[in-house]
Amino acid sequence: MITVDKEAMNEMIARNKRLDSRELDQFREIKVEAGVISSAEGSSRVCIGKTEVIAGVKMDLAEPFPDSKDEGVLMVNAEFVPLAFEKFETGPPSDESIELARVVDRTIRESQILDMKKLCIKQGEKVWTIFIDIDIIDHDGNLIDAATLASVQALLNTRMPKMNKETYEIDYKTKESPLPINGMPVSLSFVKISGKILIDPSLQEEDSMDARFTVGVFEQNSETKFCAMQKGGTGGFTMEELDMMLDIAEEKSRELRNVIKE
Amino acid sequence: MRNDGRKFNELRPMEAKIGVLKNAVGSAYFKMGNTIAIAGVFGPREVHPKHDEDAEKAILRTRYNMASFSTETRNRPGPSRRSKEISMVIRNALTPVLFLEDYPKTAIDVYIEVLQADASTRCVSLNAATLALADAGVPMRDFVASCSAGKVGDKIVLDIAGKEDTDGQVDLPVAYYPKKRLLTLIQMDGIVTKDELKTIVSLAKKGCEQIYEVQKKVIKEKYKEVGHNDNS
Repeated sequence: MITVDKEAMNEMIARNKRLDSRELDQFREIKVEAGVISSAEGSSRVCIGKTEVIAGVKMDLAEPFPDSKDEGVLMVNAEFVPLAFEKFETGPPSDESIELARVVDRTIRESQILDMKKLCIKQGEKVWTIFIDIDIIDHDGNLIDAATLASVQALLNTRMPKMNKETYEIDYKTKESPLPINGMPVSLSFVKISGKILIDPSLQEEDSMDARFTVGVFEQNSETKFCAMQKGGTGGFTMEELDMMLDIAEEKSRELRNVIKE
Repeated sequence: MRNDGRKFNELRPMEAKIGVLKNAVGSAYFKMGNTIAIAGVFGPREVHPKHDEDAEKAILRTRYNMASFSTETRNRPGPSRRSKEISMVIRNALTPVLFLEDYPKTAIDVYIEVLQADASTRCVSLNAATLALADAGVPMRDFVASCSAGKVGDKIVLDIAGKEDTDGQVDLPVAYYPKKRLLTLIQMDGIVTKDELKTIVSLAKKGCEQIYEVQKKVIKEKYKEVGHNDNS
């Protein structure tokens, strides 16, 4: 792999050139596999270029939150596993892993693709909890988009375990119905380098970025809707740049949705 | 008309003060409606732990914390995933205006305490933090002003507050660095079309421009007082 320093990267991008000869608005090759982990209720492996992410869905019963007594619970967690990258350390979750999990959570939750009311078993007492756990296996940039894809694919792949309605015992060996899910949100991340906007940044591009922007997009009644936004990194974006990213996101979200298997 | 009688493009009443703490190098109090935050700045000072030190520039550390009594149901003390994320986006929003490269091997700490929470707490925290940094005399390229806009009952409104927070459809906080025309914080949750989104962001930006004037006024008054004393 060719590596360049920040200065060289800035110079290249200023001339609309990327190290892997992609266009500024071009994604790397995306591979999606569903059902890769048999111990999970749902799972998926997503590769974007050399970035690799696995998401697993586990389900359990819990008490609902007091402010939503008739709704199931969604929890998203991300592990930046040290084998993925020399700068990932063991220990408490980093700010970056918390941010990633919360942005993925927001994109899925706010798009309302999951009917949380259907995950209520007994109001105020027993509801299903959906845990989405994201393991970063190999890091070559754009972890958020890969993690969102893997999470949504894992949810679509999930089969709920059998539950005894009297004893509330769960038989994890017997998988039954799919989740009450309708729709496929995706996230699209951009970075700004040398005043240019790039989609699907590689790790080297992220190292040179001024700022990052991630937006969650989905389709509702065949209309494009936005459900989450997050600016990352220390720089900023002008209004014009933001408008441009939203336009590109609308167009590219269709491409991204095509890689998910229903 | 909104729940609290405001117009769709009207900010809540603001109150801003600086130099509100004795020990912090710089401090500020910022109130928007019923949301109140105070911020205290320490540094540039020696970095502990040492290995966090950066030989090229100062490190900026931010801590956003909601007081346990700041919400209707008690907020469990200590850091949460939410507060860690907000601390980070606040740090990212402030970084571009600071001359961190002028203070290598030091730390600038910004501690923010939300005393009373009635929506848009990260915005009010950022407004307090900016003023506290200025009060501390930390060299800055500009101020960062922050407010939210959103969609409530199918109407697009500025500065989400009260019931609008819990019942609203969209909440979109931004921070704005006026001299460079840069949005240094952008977050959003809720469902919107692209056109609505663009309208909400530009409304939030206009709100930030008003807050920016309030911030400038407070800091100018501080130096007016100094000037007056010098002449007498």
